[in-house]
Amino acid sequence: MSTIKHRVNAIENVSRRGFLKGVLSAGALVLSVHLLPREARAAAAPISMGTTQADRATLHPSAFVGVDSDGTVYIVAHRSEMGTGIRTSLPLVVADELDADWKLVKVEQAIGDWRYGGQDTDGSHSIRDFFEVMRQAGGTARLMLIEAAAAQWKVAPGACETGLHEVIHHPTGRKLGYGALAAAASKLPVPRKEALRLKTKGQWRYIGKGHPSYDLAAMCTGKAVYGMDARMDGMVYAAVMHPPVLGGKVKSYDDKETLKVKGVRQVVAIEPFKPPAAFQPLGGLAVIADNTWAAFQGHKKLAVVWDNGPNAVYNSAQYKQELFETVRAPGKVARSAGDVDAEFKKSGRVIEAEYYIPHLAHAPMEPPVAVAEYRDGKVTAWTCTQNPQAVQDIVAEQLKISRDNVICHVTLLGGGFGRKSKPDYVAEAAVLSKKTGRPVKVVWSREDDIKFGYYHTVSAMYMKAALDTNGKPTAWLQRSVFPPIGSTFKVGDRYGSADDLSLGWTDIPYDIANLRVENGPAQAYVRIGWLRSVANIYHAFAIQSFSDELAHAAGRDPVDYLLELIGPPRIVDLKATEYSNYGASATAYPIDTGRLCRVIQMAAEKADWGKRKAGHGAGMGIAVHRSFLTYVATVVEVEIDNHGKLTIPHVHTAVDAGLISNPEFARAQFEGAAVFGTSLARSGEITATNGAIDQSNFHDYPVARMPEAPRRTDVHLVDSDAPPAGIGEPGVPPFAPALCSAVFAATGKRVRELPLSKSGIT
Amino acid sequence: MIRLKVNGVERSFDDDPTMPLLWYLRDELALTGTKFGCGISLCGACTVHLNGKAIRSCVTQMRQLENAEVTTIEGISAKGPHPVQRAWMQLNVPQCGYCQSGQIMSAVALLSTNRGPSDQEIDEAMSGNICRCGTYQRIRAAIKAAAEASREHD
Repeated sequence: MSTIKHRVNAIENVSRRGFLKGVLSAGALVLSVHLLPREARAAAAPISMGTTQADRATLHPSAFVGVDSDGTVYIVAHRSEMGTGIRTSLPLVVADELDADWKLVKVEQAIGDWRYGGQDTDGSHSIRDFFEVMRQAGGTARLMLIEAAAAQWKVAPGACETGLHEVIHHPTGRKLGYGALAAAASKLPVPRKEALRLKTKGQWRYIGKGHPSYDLAAMCTGKAVYGMDARMDGMVYAAVMHPPVLGGKVKSYDDKETLKVKGVRQVVAIEPFKPPAAFQPLGGLAVIADNTWAAFQGHKKLAVVWDNGPNAVYNSAQYKQELFETVRAPGKVARSAGDVDAEFKKSGRVIEAEYYIPHLAHAPMEPPVAVAEYRDGKVTAWTCTQNPQAVQDIVAEQLKISRDNVICHVTLLGGGFGRKSKPDYVAEAAVLSKKTGRPVKVVWSREDDIKFGYYHTVSAMYMKAALDTNGKPTAWLQRSVFPPIGSTFKVGDRYGSADDLSLGWTDIPYDIANLRVENGPAQAYVRIGWLRSVANIYHAFAIQSFSDELAHAAGRDPVDYLLELIGPPRIVDLKATEYSNYGASATAYPIDTGRLCRVIQMAAEKADWGKRKAGHGAGMGIAVHRSFLTYVATVVEVEIDNHGKLTIPHVHTAVDAGLISNPEFARAQFEGAAVFGTSLARSGEITATNGAIDQSNFHDYPVARMPEAPRRTDVHLVDSDAPPAGIGEPGVPPFAPALCSAVFAATGKRVRELPLSKSGIT
Repeated sequence: MIRLKVNGVERSFDDDPTMPLLWYLRDELALTGTKFGCGISLCGACTVHLNGKAIRSCVTQMRQLENAEVTTIEGISAKGPHPVQRAWMQLNVPQCGYCQSGQIMSAVALLSTNRGPSDQEIDEAMSGNICRCGTYQRIRAAIKAAAEASREHD
């Protein structure tokens, strides 16, 4: 288990070291912020990158800010932009503490480089981990500019202040712009962190205000550059035919028809991976062509005989039955309090239920795509990746070169949702470039994306509770089974890791004396990966759906009942449990049931909970869940006609995410999470037959379109000074259970298995 | 040889006549504002205008385009942002932004024939455009804002 115990920041003046070469003129002030130790969550995450933790624990620049002599401020975004606004939010924090004019700021996207600290943009922790780091980066530059001005004016630095992009000496009214001060400031020693004069909350210009995206105009005019838009001189295009079953190999193939396609140059083999799959290319055959269309056409005409290998036994219908059998048997205990078994043996009311969620695919609008060139032992790649450092590592491993010889440029991402944390497609481009001697652009079709993903796992949950005469649980047992993410990185991994179970399972915040949390084993036959909010999806679905079932069994209002389950305001004590708390300290980020209850009350109040009569095809459902250290309650309102046609007129989501750096982006993320939740709840289902994925495109893997999405989602943000928590993911988990409870309120039909389309609700 | 106009510029095409317009725009002309999302007319990311009407360029073959006038996202914003683009910016519609060229092209086409679309008409016109980030409610609001702005402009 890992927690970030402490972190020391050191800031070093690197003006003369040539970083950001070509970006800044000579004499410019450049600061690099160093962060150590490397956040320990990487040690816990099952990533095989071939380097030790010690390699990553050395000082890494986590951000750069430069002030040029013409007054331009360069701020490096080291996180990937996939729609959360992080490429704007973090630079805005730097700009705020620097008192920089945002109009004079240029945001530069970082390449993959371990000196930044971890760059894997996942787990909703960019603001949490880098907010203070960015404040210090900005505050340090600001103080140096003040000191430079003070020296020039021969006054005490303490007598100087900053205005927008300038230093001011109030007693004499003198002013100097940042550009004029940059050269002098660059010669000064870097002040200690303790010497910084960071702003108070009331002095912030940008933080908490809701500034629009740095890329807004480019995104609205078609000028924004995504991985799909990257080009290199002399590049060729590749479409890869992957083995239909994970681990399959080419037995024989016939490319005669392929080579007849105008524009097709050659067919190149990519070797099968050696298990575990991790981030390696899947293997197969690549059609190399002069344009994407020719590559796709050639791919279509390729005739391959496959040796499917052992994963061809995977059939989802049968596997589902096996999961249910496993979940009914005792599993490994992950958390235990009191004596659940003794309580179940007593006479009283016992309620059981089973829940199921199938595999899901990420389906970002931009399928995986990468351009790479191998030349003279070095690789340069341009790609839409959440994790450029993982690109460096897998490319280095595949081509047997040093990762320092892999330059990974990060474009904008046309959606990520976790898929683009896994750089198998970039490795394909690098391997193919070495084989063809040219820069290669690998373009995955939508079919590739759906059929060859790192799927959200398939899960079954068994829930059991004993109720006292008031309907309150005296004992609670919950057990989950799912092939774990660990199986992608370690052959034969079958149990959920402590980290998997920390995502909304071991941390169940209910006030029940006898409580046991279990997990059973499940074999993986496809690559399993993290998808937006990860294990919280099925954990919250089971716990929150079951809570609603118990409320109705007890004849209680679901909101009142939920508040009672959570109990009085307190900090949930998980010291005896292996609990990772998203890598954050339990002191800074405890599980605070008061905050949980507050968002329930807020969402219920905003939704006018209980004011309208449920039934006759209309109803509301509520769910609450803490994930990524953020407390979220969602009320979903539904209407269902006699044919099972579902509409979602209104959603209210109440969010306590601590201090929110950019409320505009936060609202957008929770609006989007309601749609993402709608997609997975209504129609999300990936299945396999004889090891091959059945679905292929948006006709058989539908995602919510405008008419299916909630008509309106109102996001209510709790004004909080608590430390910042996650934004991108925590909106997803409560959505599906709230929706299904609303379906129950409207129709009396209890849905325990997703997607809803399986229950005739479309 | 196929002759056509793209964003007002005369072009000629002499490659595989079954190549979809999408790949001609992206790979040959480097007009990358038009996006690839599904390849079979299911997601709308590749939406462009053919003689003023919204079409999916991923299934429109070049051989169908003799003398056609094609407008892409780059073509509607050549002289500064279109009112629909301005509304998109005012309401901070994009998240990842990838589908938004297609969304905007569909919205522009809708408003060219219907200056005050109802919710249902917006649903119908926009249901072919998927946004996986889930910006639909802002898209709807932006279409209404753009419609209102253009009516006020009269």
